Amino acid sequence: MASRFDIRRQTGFATIAMICFFALYLPIVTLVVYAFNAGSSIAIWEGVSLRWFYQAWNNNQVVDASIRSLQISSVAAVVSTIVATMAALATTRTKPYPGLGFKYAFINQPLMVPEIVTAVALLIFFSRIKIWTGYSGLGYLMVAHTAFCIPFAYLPIRARLENMDLTLEVAAADLYATPWKAFRRVTFPLLWPGILAGLMLAFVISLDDVVITEFVKSGGQDTLPTYMLGQFRRFITPEINAISTVFLLISILIVTVFFFISRKKDQE
Amino acid sequence: MPEQPGRNAIEVRGVRKVFGTGESQVAALDTVSVSIRENEFFTLLGPSGCGKTTLLRLIAGFDFPSAGEILLHGQDIAPLPPFKRPVNTVFQNYALFPHMTVAENIGFGLEMLGKPKTEVKARVAEMLKLVKMEALSNRRTSQISGGQQQRVALARALAPQPKVLLLDEPLSALDFKLRKEMQIELKRLQHETGITFIFVTHDQEEALTMSDRIAVMSSGKILQVGSPWDIYDKPAERFVADFIGETNFLTAAITGMGNGKARATLKSGVTIDATVAEGFQPKDIATVVVRPEHAKLTSGKGDLSGTVENIVYFGTDTHIHVRLDSSEAFTVRQQNTRSAGCGFELGDKVGISIGNDAAQILRD
Repeated sequence: MASRFDIRRQTGFATIAMICFFALYLPIVTLVVYAFNAGSSIAIWEGVSLRWFYQAWNNNQVVDASIRSLQISSVAAVVSTIVATMAALATTRTKPYPGLGFKYAFINQPLMVPEIVTAVALLIFFSRIKIWTGYSGLGYLMVAHTAFCIPFAYLPIRARLENMDLTLEVAAADLYATPWKAFRRVTFPLLWPGILAGLMLAFVISLDDVVITEFVKSGGQDTLPTYMLGQFRRFITPEINAISTVFLLISILIVTVFFFISRKKDQE
Repeated sequence: MPEQPGRNAIEVRGVRKVFGTGESQVAALDTVSVSIRENEFFTLLGPSGCGKTTLLRLIAGFDFPSAGEILLHGQDIAPLPPFKRPVNTVFQNYALFPHMTVAENIGFGLEMLGKPKTEVKARVAEMLKLVKMEALSNRRTSQISGGQQQRVALARALAPQPKVLLLDEPLSALDFKLRKEMQIELKRLQHETGITFIFVTHDQEEALTMSDRIAVMSSGKILQVGSPWDIYDKPAERFVADFIGETNFLTAAITGMGNGKARATLKSGVTIDATVAEGFQPKDIATVVVRPEHAKLTSGKGDLSGTVENIVYFGTDTHIHVRLDSSEAFTVRQQNTRSAGCGFELGDKVGISIGNDAAQILRD
């Protein structure tokens, strides 16, 4: 048989792929395995136990940080998705005009600007406001997270809108639907999977943010990731592995739930 | 068919539509006026870019005219948004709602009009029956074939009982056989519902076979409005004659007028009678058109003479291309018989006789 060039079957490709998979997943697997270590080392195996999960569960700092994380991420995800949906509608449901490209760049700015720059800027900005208002609650973290989550929520929503057939909205108007009814009955149901994707993405991005949170948080406002970072400065026990494992589980759960929701939508 | 002066469903009065601004301004419609009667199958025919779809969109309300009026039963609807016009559209790509079932699609318009649920249900059932889609009412629109989608699009647009139904090249995505079926289906639906249909197409055969009247458009203007017979046999302009069917153009000198006909002297020296486009006063030199099937080839002397240049066999007929002695080209279409060939060969010197009432003078 004549040998034909096939991009998928090249010498060494399989090896490279395997190395990539190991580099990605082996550390995670190790982390999860040592979460069940009976001993107090993260490198020496001493048998199976759930003690570190119990310890984390009974650690008030961990529980408080987790609740704080969920509060911030939920608010940030919902608000940023609403803003992103409106931004996506405004930037796609219009004829191209000068300055539209600038608006895209403006909305996506948090993706381009180095996070540390945003973090420093927010720190300075918020410290002024703290002095003026005297308020030092979680609101600053929620505002900061909402701001950097907008582009992540915006991307899938915009992609969904751009793939949508605009004649569908015209057809709805032709069939006596007012603009609001056309949006509610046609645009929104078709956009929903994009909005869900944006929401999930924003939530996950917010949940594991460290840099901006570390700079913006006031004392006693550790989120789960900044708490974990703090632990590394001290003696490390497999408790950190246990927390990470639960964290991982929640992420997988969110992605899986979304996968099934979006698949159901597409099948309809 | 004699023209019956019924009431007008749609009256387009002096409508202009300009796109763009300043230097790049383009007039998609250049002061168009036309009346479309009630219960009529009216076709807007023309090549792409002629403005036919623009006119349809103005009637639907998807665009607004730069100038002029559009009357629906005497009322100006030009400023109304589409959802306030009792006019529905069948889109070229059907634009069925992918997240709804066939039945939900059909009921959408009635639901938006705020009709009670029982009425919507009854009407949807009636529509499903009309387009023979009862069995598939609970399917998603992605689960049915192109021809079925076409029927659903029709049912959806007809369900709210619009005053006028607009059809934007709805058959162009279907294959040949299905298209032929849908042509008959459309005529039946129009007949059964008694709704005025405005049909947009670039397919001249589709226009001739389906329409009560046709408006031929080019470059944002309506060139001629008439029955298929009028348009085919009495084209007023070169574009109309050329766009619809095949035709021969001859230059002639006008030597007299009388009885609505002109005496036209062809370059061969022979003088024939020719009808004149309505309201046209021909000058000394004019263009005469003769359809290929209205001329006859003879081996003797005819009204014209020339040499056979090409013979093309088409099954039902044969096209014989003749180079006239005046160097003009002329095609004759001859009905085929089973027994013999066309009777002519390349290079034959032939005569062409033009039948009585076969020639028409264009408004050049």
